Formats: sequence, structure tokens, C-alpha cells
Amino acid sequence: MSGPERTVGTQGLAFNEPLIFDQGSPGRVGYSLPPCDVPEKKAEALIPSHLLRGPIPGLPEVSEVDVVRHYTRISQWNFGIDLGFYPLGSCTMKYNPRVNEDVARLPGFARAHPYLPDALAQGALELMWELERYLAEISGLDRVSLHPSAGAHGELTGVMMIRAYHQSKGSPRRKILIPESAHGTNPASSALCGYQVVTIKSGPQGVVEPQAVAEAMDDQVAAIMITNPNTLGLFEEHIAEIAAIVHAKGGQVYCDGANLNAVMGVTRPGDWGVDLIQINLHKTFSQPHGGGGPGAGPVGVRKHLAPFLPVPTVEKRSDAFVLDFDRPQSIGKVRSFAASFGVMVRAYAYIRSLGAAGLTQAAETAVLNANYIMHQLKGAYHLPYDRLCKHECVFSDAIQIQNDVKTLDVAKRLMDYGFHPPTIYFPLIVSGALMIEPTETESKETLDQFIAAMREIAREAREEPEVVRGAPHKPRVSRMDETRAARQPILRWKPKS
Amino acid sequence: MRYIPNTEQDRRQMLDAIGAGSVDNLFADVPDALRLKRPLKIPPALAEAEVVKRLRSLADRNADADRYNSFLGAGCYDHFSPAIIAHLVLRGEFLTAYTPYQPEISQGTLQALFEYQTLVCQLTGMEVSNASMYEGASSTAEAILMAHRITGRTEVVVGRAVHPEYRQVARTYAAQVGLVFREIAFNEAGVTDLDAVKRTLGPQTACLVVQYPNFFGGVEDLVPLAEAAHAAGALCVVCVAEPIALGLLKSPGECGADLVTGEGQGLGTGMNYGGPALGFLATREQYVRHVPGRLVGQTVDRDGRPGYVLTLATREQHIRREKATSNICTAESLIALMATIYLVSMGPQGLREVALQNLRKAAFAKGRLGKVSGCGIRFGGPTFNEFVVRVAKKPAAILKQLLKHEIIGGVDLGRFYPELADCLLLCVTEQKTREQIDALIEALGGVR
Repeated sequence: MSGPERTVGTQGLAFNEPLIFDQGSPGRVGYSLPPCDVPEKKAEALIPSHLLRGPIPGLPEVSEVDVVRHYTRISQWNFGIDLGFYPLGSCTMKYNPRVNEDVARLPGFARAHPYLPDALAQGALELMWELERYLAEISGLDRVSLHPSAGAHGELTGVMMIRAYHQSKGSPRRKILIPESAHGTNPASSALCGYQVVTIKSGPQGVVEPQAVAEAMDDQVAAIMITNPNTLGLFEEHIAEIAAIVHAKGGQVYCDGANLNAVMGVTRPGDWGVDLIQINLHKTFSQPHGGGGPGAGPVGVRKHLAPFLPVPTVEKRSDAFVLDFDRPQSIGKVRSFAASFGVMVRAYAYIRSLGAAGLTQAAETAVLNANYIMHQLKGAYHLPYDRLCKHECVFSDAIQIQNDVKTLDVAKRLMDYGFHPPTIYFPLIVSGALMIEPTETESKETLDQFIAAMREIAREAREEPEVVRGAPHKPRVSRMDETRAARQPILRWKPKS
Repeated sequence: MRYIPNTEQDRRQMLDAIGAGSVDNLFADVPDALRLKRPLKIPPALAEAEVVKRLRSLADRNADADRYNSFLGAGCYDHFSPAIIAHLVLRGEFLTAYTPYQPEISQGTLQALFEYQTLVCQLTGMEVSNASMYEGASSTAEAILMAHRITGRTEVVVGRAVHPEYRQVARTYAAQVGLVFREIAFNEAGVTDLDAVKRTLGPQTACLVVQYPNFFGGVEDLVPLAEAAHAAGALCVVCVAEPIALGLLKSPGECGADLVTGEGQGLGTGMNYGGPALGFLATREQYVRHVPGRLVGQTVDRDGRPGYVLTLATREQHIRREKATSNICTAESLIALMATIYLVSMGPQGLREVALQNLRKAAFAKGRLGKVSGCGIRFGGPTFNEFVVRVAKKPAAILKQLLKHEIIGGVDLGRFYPELADCLLLCVTEQKTREQIDALIEALGGVR
């Protein structure tokens, strides 16, 4: 038996569980409603019959027990942070505190309606007002909009504000500069606002060179969108100089704050010359990822951009908190109501739980953990940029490819050892990238187990490459045929005809 | 710090292994001038019990629907959420997983989302649904952008009976690419004026947007609206803010809608002061490659076992970058799971029954309010669980008076519609008891 037998990976229980639509029995129910205490008029008496439908065909008829068992069973086919190490680069998969879940479900939050008069929502407004101040302090910016529902939504909101700002000066300008190492959302968000994307190449050290920005910069450039620390896990050490170059031609500096976890309390984007930043609460501030949301991507801005923030903002007037809709230069609204409020509650609870010192300690530990992994795996895997990293490190498959073992194979093999794979094939500037972000919530023992597994896989790639190429062997299903899924899309269940 | 396992000794060992003298040395790449040389101005750490106490004190200062007799709706609805929803989504396997990029160890999320996509199709009468969007307003905006991409046209015809915030968000999005909005008045029945729609649709119209039921609770007759849109070569976008209504109302798909979008919050996910909510977007198969957001598809593994993957990714930003259909990636998977559990728990019978209760209770309240002195029902058309009441006194004064009885009497419509400045929008869901409705009538002076 090879490596995985000695580590945390197991097969556990693996139920076969059909779709819920293939279960149940006519007439079986999983709900209860109180008896109707008003006159039970027929629907047809209240709404014209041609606007009414009958019971929806195909909806399952199952009991409460069936529902609980079904979702509990399929949940067991998922890997989550609660099950083990999840070093997915650029995603900051840190522990999600359970007390945050409890407080978000307090009736005063969970059962509050967004159109409550401000006077009856003072607790919610105070929480948002304080959270805005904490995020402003951490990012070094002046105001923060809590509206955006995800990181990409924050980027979009930011680019809209950039556009409105330039428009107020006469012209929205045409272009946005984006380093080639950026997340794909950066160019997509720019394009949604009608901007042409100009790609900036990274220098030999893996960071953006001021010269490259100076050459691309002109008075039609609305902004640069720069990720710092960048997607190689490196600190953009010329950031202040780059900001000065962009500012000199009237451009704005947008920082993709997806990687803020690396620098909290150590250095602040506002102090680098950044004008706007989105802060991913589901990364740095412990909102659970939930299998792909909900997240939130509040946007911090410098004073001169504050007039353009989405409405409403939360303001403190004498001793009361109010929602302010009267902001004539605002870009408008980017979502309904005032925020993904439940996410704000969790982020607030997280910041209060860590406090100033804890937040800094989190960043420092995340960086220590990443550098430790980088150091321990150097040699076993090719390290394209061998220098200090921040919250994550990026390796490649350049060594393993000699035995025809690719990054994808290494990633799948890690599952057999009981770990979630790192982010793979990103950033695009590293061929066969393996992007590892440990976060601060992992112990040295866990990191050592992961390092041992990675080294073992490197050995397997040399000595028994077919084992790695055939991975994963332990999960309930093997590699999925993704080509087939895309060529003959089956996107929903249909009744058997 | 209890969330950070490494001890001082662990740190020392790791630093020694790296060959770095201190953690500070690991930040040597941050120029000294950029370093923060003071502690963050954030209060010191609280213990867990203190965090709970602080958050409870904030929560206690909100008038939640357990303590107040609230008739607020307007895009956020108080429906009962079965206990199993909260319990199941708190399972760490669902709660603490990322977007299912590695399908072999994400089949739970993937199968649940495949079930969600199916349920949205069943509810809306459409053929394809994505795996969730942020919330109703931005989903409506994305649907409009999608119609613009499909038709290549640049005008949007939108009913004024569409949620004001949805229209506002759609304008914010559409303004970026220069789409022109033409708004259509509502008539005395409280629904979109069909003749005005026909007059306004033109060769540049990308889509007609109507809400179903609309912002005033009015049930639009979608068939002639969709026909009018199609006659002009435009798409018909139907947005739904109250999905419970689809337990009873003919599906938009059956009525000719090309895109159905909106808010899934009503499906047992809670109010949460407005979010997180659940955007959905469903369409016809022919438009699938224009859909924004994630899609889950069925396939097989190497050994022929069925399973699920994220698919048609070539639409998406991580592949297509600036040419993507949208920038959306992380959306609302866990909320989609809540809605999924709600819908399968209710089943065909429960969904119909809960919709009927909403209809009946709202009709009862509407009938009673129509007989209260100084109150009148503003529109003549059929409504689902919301309706507009015209009041003789100033709406703000009435709301204030009701608050003395711990009643929140709905939304003052003057906030959104100057012509309805003498009106309130009230919502009555299955959560309202007859006693609570009677209390409202009583506080307003009783039936004359």
C-alpha cells in the first residue's frame, strides 16, 4: 500500500443517493401549515382562472425524514474546511467560527425587514456603521460601501464609481490597465462598464514594473486594477510608485483586495496610494463560502470618490443612525435593500472576536504558514519565483511533467491523502500552476502532513506515475467527463417519458 | 487566539526551518514607508460570551417580525422556514465548502445545485436555470444585459409596476453600456398598461420587463404582454420578487416569457434585513450559452458512474476574461440550497397550500381594510399577497399611529411614487393570523 493509507484520507461511508426527484410517493408530505383562519375562498373567486396553474408536475413528494436523510447523505460527498485542510489559493479558506452563525440567526437580525423605519432598526444600522469604520481602518480608506454581494460585484461597483468620477470631470475615459496575473473578474468587470482592457506584463520578479505602467499610461486610462499581494502571493513592492504614475495622469488606482488577509494590520492599501478596494468578507473575514456563496465584497474608497458611493449609505446624525438616500452624485443602486446584512453580522462578530492584535496576528501567521510550506516543498516542486511570499505560494509541475504527470494529476492525487487540492492552473502566467494558500487557522502538524503528502506524490510521480495519473482513487467517484458535460449539456432532471 | 492553532514554539520551529529570524523578516518585501507603525484602531478582542452579548444588544434594538405585527413585504417576505433548513445548511460539508471546482469531492453541492436548477425550471416553467445569482434586482439587471446581447438592441421597455429598486439597479448596470430605458405606466387595475406597452415597443427594443406579481401585488396577464414583445422582435423578461405566488399562478414560461428572473428569498431563506438573498435566472434552452453565472451539468466519471460538474465554463470570466457573459462567480449557493430544501419539503401540495393561504389571508385583510373609514383599495385588479390602500390621512401619520400598537403598517408608497403619496403597500403572508389582521383593522378605527 502506498502513501495515503498512512494519512488522514479515508473512504468513510459513501451512500448511493439518487436525485430527490427519483424519490417519494404520491401523497407523501414534508410540511405542515396551521389551519387557515380566514374564509377559505376558492382561488378562482379571487384571481381569474386563466391566470392560475394546478399543482406543479415533477415536484417531489417526500417526508421530512426523507429530506433530512437525502441532504445529509449527499453532504457527505463534499469536502469542507470542517473536514480538513483546504489550501485553495486566492480563496482564503480559513476556519468559519460557529458563534458567527449563532449571532447571525438572532431574531433581531434574521427576522428584521429591510424596510423597517430607521428608528426601529438602530441595532442593524449601528452594526453596519461600525463595520464600515473597521473596514476603513483596516484598508486605510475613508468610506466603505457594504452593498456589493461578492468580490466581483465589488469590482463592478468600484469600476462604476471610477467611471462616474471621470464623467464628473468631463469624460469617462476609455481604458483600464490590468496586470496579466489578475483574476478573470477584473477584465470582466471592466468590460461590463464599457472599458477596453489593456494588459500589463509582469516583470521578471513576478511583480508589476513601474516602467510598464508608465508606458501604458495616458489620459485615456481611467484606472489600473492591481491585486496586492498579487496572485503569485508576492507583495507588489512598487505599488506606491505605480500609484504615483497613474495619479499623475489623472487615473485611479483600484486594488483587488481578495488577498487582504496577508497584510491586515501590517500595511494598508490606503497608505500605498490606492483609491478603491473591494474587501472579500468571505475570504479575509471568515464568512463561510457555502459551496459558492453567499459572500460580500464591500468597497472602500478615498474621500474624493465618496460622493459616488451606491445609495443608501449609513450615517450617524446626532445620536441616531440613518440610511442616507440623498446623494445626488451616487452611481445609484447595485442591489436591492442595504446589504447582504447577514454576512455583515458574521464579519462584525469576527472582527470583534479577533480585535486589533488578533487581526494582525492572523495576517502574520498566514504569511508564516505560506512561507513554511514554500520552503518545505522547494525542490520537490518547481518554484518559479523563489522569494518571500505572502499569504500563498505558487509552484508548477515543471519537474513532474518530465514523467508526464501534470498539475491536474497532483491535485487529484491529493484527494486520496485527505486534502483538498490547491488552486490549479492559475495564475495563468505560470504554466501548470499550483497555488497554495494555507491561512492562519492551520496548525504546524496539519501543514507537516500536507507537506509529507506533497513530497510523497512527488516521489510517486517519479516512481509510479500511473498511480498519480489515475487519481483520485478514494473518493466515491473518479474523474468526471467534463467534455461530455459541455458537449451534451444535461442541466436539469426531467421526468422519464 | 482560539482560531489560530500555532503556539509560540510552533512559530519558532517554523521560522527556524525557513531560516528567518522573525515573522517581521517575512514582510521585508513591504517597503518600510508603507508599514503601519501603530496598532489598528479596532477594539481589543472579545471573548465568545462577550461577542454574543454585544451582538444580542444590537439585535435587540431591531423591531423584528416576532415582536411586531408587521405588514411589510415589497420584495422581502416573511414566510415560515422549516427547522430542517437551518440544520441542514449548518452541516460543515455544505457550509464550509468552496465553489465546487473539484467535482470528485464536491458532489454534495453539485447534486444539490442540479436539483435547485431543476426546481427553478419547474417553478418558472422554463427549460434552463443557472446555479444562483446575488439577489433579485441585480439578477433582473443581468437578464436585461443578456437580452441586449441576444438581440443586439439597445432599448429596454420596463413597467413602472416593477419594483422601484429593481428598476434602479437595472439602470445602474445598463447605464454603463448606454442602454435606454422607456417606462410604462400602470393602469387603474394596478397592472402594466398593455396599450402603452404596444405603443412603446419598437425595432430597437431588446426586451420588455414586467414583474409577476408586480410591486403592488397585482397579477399581470402575461400572455398579451409576451405576445406584444415578440411581435416587436423583443424578448419578454418576467421578474418574480415573490416566488411563493408561483405555487398558484400560471408559470411565466407557460405565458411566453423568454427570461424569468428574480428573488428566491421567499423560499424559506429568511428576511435578514434584506440579505443574503437569492437571485435566480431561468431561460429557454436556445439561450443557454448567453446565461451569466454558474451552471451545473450531469455527466459520468471514468467508471461510468453518474455525477455532476460545473459546465459550459467558456461563458465565464475565468476563461473568457473581458469577453465573458458576466463577471459573476461566487453567488448564493448556500441560499440556493435553502430554497431547494424548502421546495422539496413543501412539494406540489404544500406549495399550493401555502400560496393559497397567502392569497386568502391577503384577500381577507384587503376586504376588511376596504371597509375601514378613511381607507380605500387603490387598484381594481386581482392581487396575490400584497395590495395598495389609499388613506385619507397622511400615510406617515397613520404608520406612526399604528406603531403605538406595535404594528408596522406597510410601506409608504410616496417614497417611490409621487402619484401614490397617499397610499400604503401592505403584505399579508401565511404567517399573519386573523387576530393580527383584526388588530390592524382595530387600530385603524375598525370596520365602518
